[in-house]
Amino acid sequence: MAYVGIDRVGKSYGSPRGPVLALEDISLDIRAAEFVSILGPSGCGKSTLLKCIAGLEPVSGGTIAVNGKPLTGPPEGMGMVFQRDVLLDWRTILDNVLITAEFAGTPRARMKPRAVQLLTRFGLGGYEDRHPWELSGGMRQRAAICRALLCDPDLLLMDEPFGALDAMTRDDLNLELARIWNDTRKTVIFVTHSIAEAIFLSDRVVMMDRNPGRIVEVIDIALPRPRPLAIRETPEFGRYVAHIRHLFARLGILKDDTP
Amino acid sequence: MRAGPSHLWDALKEASSVVLLILGIMVLWEGAVLVFKPSPIILPAPSALWGEFLAAPSYFLRQALFTLYTTLAGFALAVVLGLALAVGIVHSRLMEKTVYTVLVALNSVPKVALAPLFVIWMGTGIEPKIAIALMLALFSVVIDAVLGLRSVDPDMISLAKASRASTFAILRKIRLPNALPSIFAGLKVAISFALVGAIVGEFVAGSEGLGFAILTAQGQFDTPRVFVCLILLGLLGTALFYVVEAIERLALPWHVSQRSGRAAQH
Ligand SMILES: Nc1ncnc2c1ncn2[C@@H]1O[C@H](COP(=O)(O)OP(=O)(O)OP(=O)(O)O)[C@@H](O)[C@H]1O
Ligand SMILES: [Mg+2]
Repeated sequence: MAYVGIDRVGKSYGSPRGPVLALEDISLDIRAAEFVSILGPSGCGKSTLLKCIAGLEPVSGGTIAVNGKPLTGPPEGMGMVFQRDVLLDWRTILDNVLITAEFAGTPRARMKPRAVQLLTRFGLGGYEDRHPWELSGGMRQRAAICRALLCDPDLLLMDEPFGALDAMTRDDLNLELARIWNDTRKTVIFVTHSIAEAIFLSDRVVMMDRNPGRIVEVIDIALPRPRPLAIRETPEFGRYVAHIRHLFARLGILKDDTP
Repeated sequence: MRAGPSHLWDALKEASSVVLLILGIMVLWEGAVLVFKPSPIILPAPSALWGEFLAAPSYFLRQALFTLYTTLAGFALAVVLGLALAVGIVHSRLMEKTVYTVLVALNSVPKVALAPLFVIWMGTGIEPKIAIALMLALFSVVIDAVLGLRSVDPDMISLAKASRASTFAILRKIRLPNALPSIFAGLKVAISFALVGAIVGEFVAGSEGLGFAILTAQGQFDTPRVFVCLILLGLLGTALFYVVEAIERLALPWHVSQRSGRAAQH
């Protein structure tokens, strides 16, 4: 059975100029322990879809069920990483990570060793007592990931978590994320703009188009795991990239540069 | 660690320039009185004011303490009541429509004009003075607290909701700390208004306090005494403002306005 079941979901936002149709007829089943990426042009409703799955935005039509239960609000055992890091300036990095435990009602003392361990794993050892504004953008985003992972969620939703990072930091964090997924087998829904990132990380890539936001194709990525970064230079990887570029070119989202 | 002493040094330097400025004004004032010889009823010399104060320091300090007490009581009540109202207004549409609307409407009435009414209701003791101080200070506490509690990054709320946080936890761990800079901005205005309220209360009916002392001295054309009271009032107002600001500094070491000192320590 699907861990996340999205059934004919539509979503429109009210606006002064009438309703905006952000999502239309989205159906997608995501298995437990699956890594799914959502790829699409800006404004196609990726963030909206993720917020609906998170129970943060009500859907206008259709249903979403997580772990067999139809959503009425944010489901239990979910972690979320936002497009921006949303760290709280008045808390130290450690306290920012621990806030997840505080919200969940778990004693801080019990989660502290895990928080420190996570921060160390993400290269933030020794920065526990710093404030967010004393860290670089990449370090802040790592802290935000640690925060989402603290309570060991079964479902991890990530909205372009690496969008604002330089290529090297991005590679680094892609590797770390793949490693964590490999160790813990969480169900991950990962929104991205980057074709290579989507293929590298995912079991399946969901491609969306805009106006209205809808799914145009879902492809399986049958690359062996664990995947080294160098897999991006292999012909198989290249074929996936070409396939996706072709599709987006046909939709007029990417310019087709084949003569 | 070097930042600490150098910070103190900067503060001292700043304070000393203010003291120099005031001294300069005093010297000019004294000189002008010596040269132009105005009637002491119009403008007494600073040296005469100093003499006036030294003649009865305990009298002046007693009046100042009374005014200080009234101000602090009114201010404290305004903070407690104002924050409670603000939390209610932010969380309830009904309270927003009723309490907030009434407060805004009331604020456009010159509240000082209501002072005599408080005397009729509460007598001539300290209570109506505290009430007037409270009334004058309340509005800026509420307005800035509501503003601060409302202007939260929606993603911060989403973040909390995604972790299934309760409304109370969101208030305590996100809305309130996020609102503190705005709340303190309101408190700095409110403390000055509380002092104004205390003085107005003493003007309308009273037997103690700097406001009362000014009024009686005026009745006797005792201008030096009026001036001493005014100077004490100025000192009181300045001191109260800086105390609130010092508390803000302690409470908000993370805020942008406080960072430079801390960042230099690393
Ligand atoms: N709160 C909102 N109110 C009204 N319209 C909204 C709101 N949020 C999003 N939209 C609209 O819904 C559509 C999809 O937005 P969404 O943020 O989901 O896109 P996205 O795919 O995440 O884009 P990006 O890649 O730029 O982040 C857009 O047309 C946007 O204008
Ligand atoms: Mg988005």
